[in-house]
Amino acid sequence: MTPTTTSLKALSTAPFHPASSPDYVPREHLRRLQSQRLRDTVRRAYDRVGWYRQRMDQRELKPDRIRTVEDLALLPLTVKSDLRENYPFGLFAATMGQIVRLHASAGTTGKPIVVAYTRNDLDAWTEIMVRVLACCGIQPGDVIQNAFGYGLFAGGLGFHYGGEALGATVIPISGAHTDRQIAVMKDFGVSAICSTPSDFLHIIDRAEEMGVDLRKLALRVGVFGAEPWTEALRTRIEEAAGIKAYDIYGLSEMIGPGVAAECHVQQGLHLFEDHFYPEIIDPETRQPLPDGQEGELVLTTLGKEAMPLIRFRTRDITAILPEPCPCGRTLRRIRRITHGGDEMFVYRGMNVFPSQIEAALVAVEGTLPRYQIVLSRDKGVDQVELRVEVTPAVFSDRVSALEGLEEKIARQIENSVGIRAHVSLVEPHTIPRTEGRAKRVVDQRQL
Amino acid sequence: MRITQLSVFVENKPGRLALPCRLLAQSGINIVTLSLADTQRFGILRLIVRDWTKAKEALERGGFAVNVTEVLAVEVADRPGGLAELLDVIERAGVNVEYMYAFATKLGDKAVLVFRFDKPDEAVKALADSGMNVLSEVELFSRMEGT
Repeated sequence: MTPTTTSLKALSTAPFHPASSPDYVPREHLRRLQSQRLRDTVRRAYDRVGWYRQRMDQRELKPDRIRTVEDLALLPLTVKSDLRENYPFGLFAATMGQIVRLHASAGTTGKPIVVAYTRNDLDAWTEIMVRVLACCGIQPGDVIQNAFGYGLFAGGLGFHYGGEALGATVIPISGAHTDRQIAVMKDFGVSAICSTPSDFLHIIDRAEEMGVDLRKLALRVGVFGAEPWTEALRTRIEEAAGIKAYDIYGLSEMIGPGVAAECHVQQGLHLFEDHFYPEIIDPETRQPLPDGQEGELVLTTLGKEAMPLIRFRTRDITAILPEPCPCGRTLRRIRRITHGGDEMFVYRGMNVFPSQIEAALVAVEGTLPRYQIVLSRDKGVDQVELRVEVTPAVFSDRVSALEGLEEKIARQIENSVGIRAHVSLVEPHTIPRTEGRAKRVVDQRQL
Repeated sequence: MRITQLSVFVENKPGRLALPCRLLAQSGINIVTLSLADTQRFGILRLIVRDWTKAKEALERGGFAVNVTEVLAVEVADRPGGLAELLDVIERAGVNVEYMYAFATKLGDKAVLVFRFDKPDEAVKALADSGMNVLSEVELFSRMEGT
């Protein structure tokens, strides 16, 4: 286990945590376990959820037909709108007497998606979160500042119970309140933070304004997720805060955080395959693709009682990395997801991802301000407006400097993305925040 | 010699200007003078207040982006040609005016203008050499008490 470079305080290698043992099981054992759990999951869904039963009956599929993970492709795919149409409890495979917790997605478009957990589901989730934190080098005795939102959004509570079960000290500070985050980080000797990457960027910017050097604090690890972020942002975060910044992946529909996490190698995220079975499909033909090829990630829960999900299309584009990881984990890795698949937009016939716009913003401003992309149509022609919140770092008393900034951003986007965006600076805190994934694209075009 | 000026970013939308003014009023801060530079889409509200740290805090608490700049307050004879003389001095010194605005009230028989120069040190020297008075913060505020 050779630690990779960054600052000295990030170099301590984490001792092995016993909860991480399932990360290292031989692949053939894992395969057998996956197939066995898949059989139970399909049986449970068929017996207890009318919607799954109907769809399998239509295809004359009996649960017995699914014997191993190779048979998975026989089953139909599930999409996000299926979950909405079954709002609120239509896909539950347990009674309210067995269900002990409900979470729900923010529901930026239409109805939210409700996710249920039995006692066993919560215990499994906590066990996975211990493995996530251990994977990111967090140890018993660490002080974790949990800046994920607590509430209907699953992020806060997922990390909370995982951190406690690991034996770390958890500070349930939740999101926002940047000044208080910095004060707590300093005064409580925080060594690890969990947050969205954009919230942590705000902490970095604010700390600079307040004259607090994050590199001198005890903080050594950051676990970031709930929204896609890029390598450019990782470099910025690691350098400004003197920490190792790890990417994690999760979906509220599956469980919340805890589907996949980076290890110290930071090359792809280990997917917790004993609980979630991954496939990659061609998003057009919906045919499964071999490991190594890029496509849409499809996940099946293995063991979830309250709400099994079979072949759920995540809309996230990635690839399964088949090579063994130097860290020794046998869990396969997925390539880092730098954009939400559902956030891609078509502008004058071109596919554009918010991450491309984001990279241009980082290139100009040196950090990532809050932004939103607004698409409209004028006389049949697509228009794209990029609203960017003014930060104290870029704000100037001179009109020419601000107009110059708008132009510089527009030019950078034109050069790197190839589209002409109309850039507007807007006041801080005016772009709406949603819990979990930020809504980066607003499409006002009437198609 | 320098005066501290606060700048606030405001969007060019109805009602946006009232909010920073209200925040200052609630903190008991009197605006000594101000100017608004505006474009089609946004404006920069530039303010001179006595207690700028308190004003900055109040504005930032209210969610505004605030910039702190040092500017010069220069006395100008309140007669035709007064400003032209001053600008001649500046031009000869090779200094550019980035922006300027006037104080709301006259101090004695003099008008006071606020300047943002690209080379403030050279401007101060040129103005002093020509016998023009660049006011310090203390001088400015104490003179204002007298009016």
